[in-house]
Amino acid sequence: MARLDIEFCGIRSPNPFWLASAPPTDKAYNVERAFEAGWGGVVWKTLAEAGPPLVNVNGPRYGALLAVDRTLIGFNNIELITDRDLEVNLKEIAAVKRHWADRAVIVSIMVPCQEESWKTILPRVEDTGCDGIELNFGCPHGMNERGMGSAVGQVPEYIRMVTAWCKQYTRLPVIVKLTPNITDIRFPARAAKEGGADAVSLINTINSIMGVDPDTLTMSPAVGGQGTHGGYCGPAVKPIALNMVAEIARDPQTAGLPISGIGGIGSWRDALEFIALGAASVQVCTAAMVFGFKIVQEMVSGLDAYLDDKGFSSLAELRGRALPSVTDWSFLDLNRVSKAVIDQDKCIQCGRCYIACEDTAHQAITSMRNGRRHFEVKEEECVGCNLCVNVCPVTGCITLRDLAPGEIDRRTGRAVSAERLHWTAHPNNPLRKGA
Amino acid sequence: MSEQRGPDIRPGRLTVEDYAAHFADHVPPLTHPQAVLEASRCLYCFDAPCVTACPTRIDVPSFIKRIAEDNLRGAAAAILEANPLGGFCARDCPTEVLCEAICVRNVQQGRPVAIGRLQRFAVDRLMASADNRIFERAPASGRRVAAIGAGPAGLACAHALARAGHEVTLYDAKPKAGGLNEYGVAAYKTAGGYAQREVEWLLSLGGISLQCGWTLASPEQFENLRRGYDAVFLGLGLAETHELGVPGERLAGVEDAVEFISTLRQSADPGTVPVGRRVLVIGGGMTAIDAAVQSKLLGAESVDIVYRRGPHQMRASPREQDLARTRGVRILHWLAPVEVIGDGGGVCAVRFARQRLAAGRLEPAGEECTLEADMVLKAIGQRLGNPLLKQCGLALRNGRIAVDEAGRTNVSGVWAGGDCIAEGQDLTVDAVAHGLRAARDIDLRLRSARARAEE
Repeated sequence: MARLDIEFCGIRSPNPFWLASAPPTDKAYNVERAFEAGWGGVVWKTLAEAGPPLVNVNGPRYGALLAVDRTLIGFNNIELITDRDLEVNLKEIAAVKRHWADRAVIVSIMVPCQEESWKTILPRVEDTGCDGIELNFGCPHGMNERGMGSAVGQVPEYIRMVTAWCKQYTRLPVIVKLTPNITDIRFPARAAKEGGADAVSLINTINSIMGVDPDTLTMSPAVGGQGTHGGYCGPAVKPIALNMVAEIARDPQTAGLPISGIGGIGSWRDALEFIALGAASVQVCTAAMVFGFKIVQEMVSGLDAYLDDKGFSSLAELRGRALPSVTDWSFLDLNRVSKAVIDQDKCIQCGRCYIACEDTAHQAITSMRNGRRHFEVKEEECVGCNLCVNVCPVTGCITLRDLAPGEIDRRTGRAVSAERLHWTAHPNNPLRKGA
Repeated sequence: MSEQRGPDIRPGRLTVEDYAAHFADHVPPLTHPQAVLEASRCLYCFDAPCVTACPTRIDVPSFIKRIAEDNLRGAAAAILEANPLGGFCARDCPTEVLCEAICVRNVQQGRPVAIGRLQRFAVDRLMASADNRIFERAPASGRRVAAIGAGPAGLACAHALARAGHEVTLYDAKPKAGGLNEYGVAAYKTAGGYAQREVEWLLSLGGISLQCGWTLASPEQFENLRRGYDAVFLGLGLAETHELGVPGERLAGVEDAVEFISTLRQSADPGTVPVGRRVLVIGGGMTAIDAAVQSKLLGAESVDIVYRRGPHQMRASPREQDLARTRGVRILHWLAPVEVIGDGGGVCAVRFARQRLAAGRLEPAGEECTLEADMVLKAIGQRLGNPLLKQCGLALRNGRIAVDEAGRTNVSGVWAGGDCIAEGQDLTVDAVAHGLRAARDIDLRLRSARARAEE
């Protein structure tokens, strides 16, 4: 059996699955249940500084994007950071950590952007015996209007400054949680590293409005007839998160900085993708909120089976394995040629490939042959765009075939070259090297 | 207990609760969540095969997509635009040999999208809505059309012509419109009086005046119609039932299955309809199935369908045959009636000769058997049987009215469709398609005549 345990910037965890800082980690009761179910760690729901607790709305805090069968595709929330008393939270964190010494307990913190505020809270958090802290620079609703959360995460200078304060006032590992509501994720990640961060975690949620009620014409979710943008998460955001994780992992300025991957992870396959693109741990929230804490058992089982199946002896061996396959467009091999192939034995004759290609792509699929309904790729038109593969309802019916070097591309009439050719060196590029 | 004379045929074999359960919808309507989930299985195929399999070419992918998107009014509009009797067809069509037979989900998942049930869901929702009108009539053309026969063909034709702005008089010999939808289809397929609700909805368009109790009785009357109207559409039903042609056919207890079904459909309480203790239904089509199943539902102890050929020659679809079997009906093949045997009071048995195929023709195999019966229902087909049509100058083919590809008869200004024409398939949806085809052609003709008149 492969080993699923990890060490993440000095924090040990029996498996890479942590509950993200969110409602599931609000208090000892939930966290105890999570650890009983098998979660490797938790990031405790974000603490605020001492004082009167925050106030949440007592109406819809969540909204969902659902498929026709009510499968949850996307999820958003407008809940704030903890609305519990700081002292109660600190006491509970200490008790939970004592009870679950082998699990990772990380405490998320969000206090005003003043050195004194951080200097005050950090020793209190450290006293709980927790394993690390996560700086919430990501929350995109409510707290950002008060100069915290994503308001900090959107300004690299603030990230660098606050991270440096934290490194100054605590010995605990510092994880900086990044907001995706920016133009280029590499800049806040670089700022975190420059400030001394031990790791980054991403993505936090994305600004979102879930919809408009067609009867009342109010946005949803709404509280008393009005709503505000929330933070979007769940399966739909995974591709955005994967890209941002990969961007940081392959950026020379941040390469090697531990990453805790977050965003739409609901299965072992999702986790595998984040890890293969450079994440060392993964954080989950929506899947737990939909299915309950038990879901971690399926993730652990699946990832474990995968590692065994592929002959990995540890998660560390898997980490970053897909990163070399990520590059800039400029370095894609323009000499490669693929053609779609429709397996006639699997084809159910729905014609979706045909109409997609005919109306919106390259007119490279037939609809008839000898007067009969028949869908077949016209290689002389096919550019290998993959649209037909994506719209086909049958798994494995349409595939892309890579032409072998020397084979004639029937669209261009030219033989496929064995050489690689990047845009940087392409004859059509006026700025090519050596031009 | 006194000895009963004659065959055991009587009403009231069951409790009130049994009757209510037996004559409710045999396919329950989909709930809204079921409909949305089922709709999501539709792949929205290009040039969808299901559409080509529908005689009325209903745009199935569109109406199903609209159900999935909660646009139920739009879904109903897509259906009724192509087939104004879409609600009835959704209940009655043998979808398993039409649209659903060719659904691509059969190949992938072994189960087609439930097109018929979805169609019923959409139309039912429209019919039940506060404002169920979706069509408006074109400006009045000043043209008048007579439609003879208010069955599916006549209703569809009248509705389409009324939409086009023409005034239609719809004549029917029966007390109610609907034709076989009202008098001939099994009650459990059109529970809740759907056939009449549909007629009311069709007539609510306006421009159609219904005259029931009107029979085409003479060639003069036919000529008067031709003179009095700008066009005439014949949507007649098949008036006569084939006879067995064997001794004993007139014995008490031997009835037409069509009459039996009609009596049941028109009775307010199925408990008042007499049925035999042991019923034999002779025939192999939909009428045989409908008569047999309903005999069973009325409380008959044993019901056998007896057909002279094999299962593959039966006109009843495999699904209909299965329905009969699951309702406890036995289907016997390769038996042709030789004699209906009486015991003085009425029928008591039927003697059959086993049949075999020899060079494609049926012939007696030399073996006989006798089945006891209290009631014998004849369902061996119907024929037009109206000698008047020939006297009116209408050309016939195979005993039915000959029409061209637009539904025109050989008599100028007269169109025909439904069971009375040579190509009739005896399906409601075919009759609707015929009616609509003729309406299109009539409308074209009337418009061009008007254009000529205005020149």
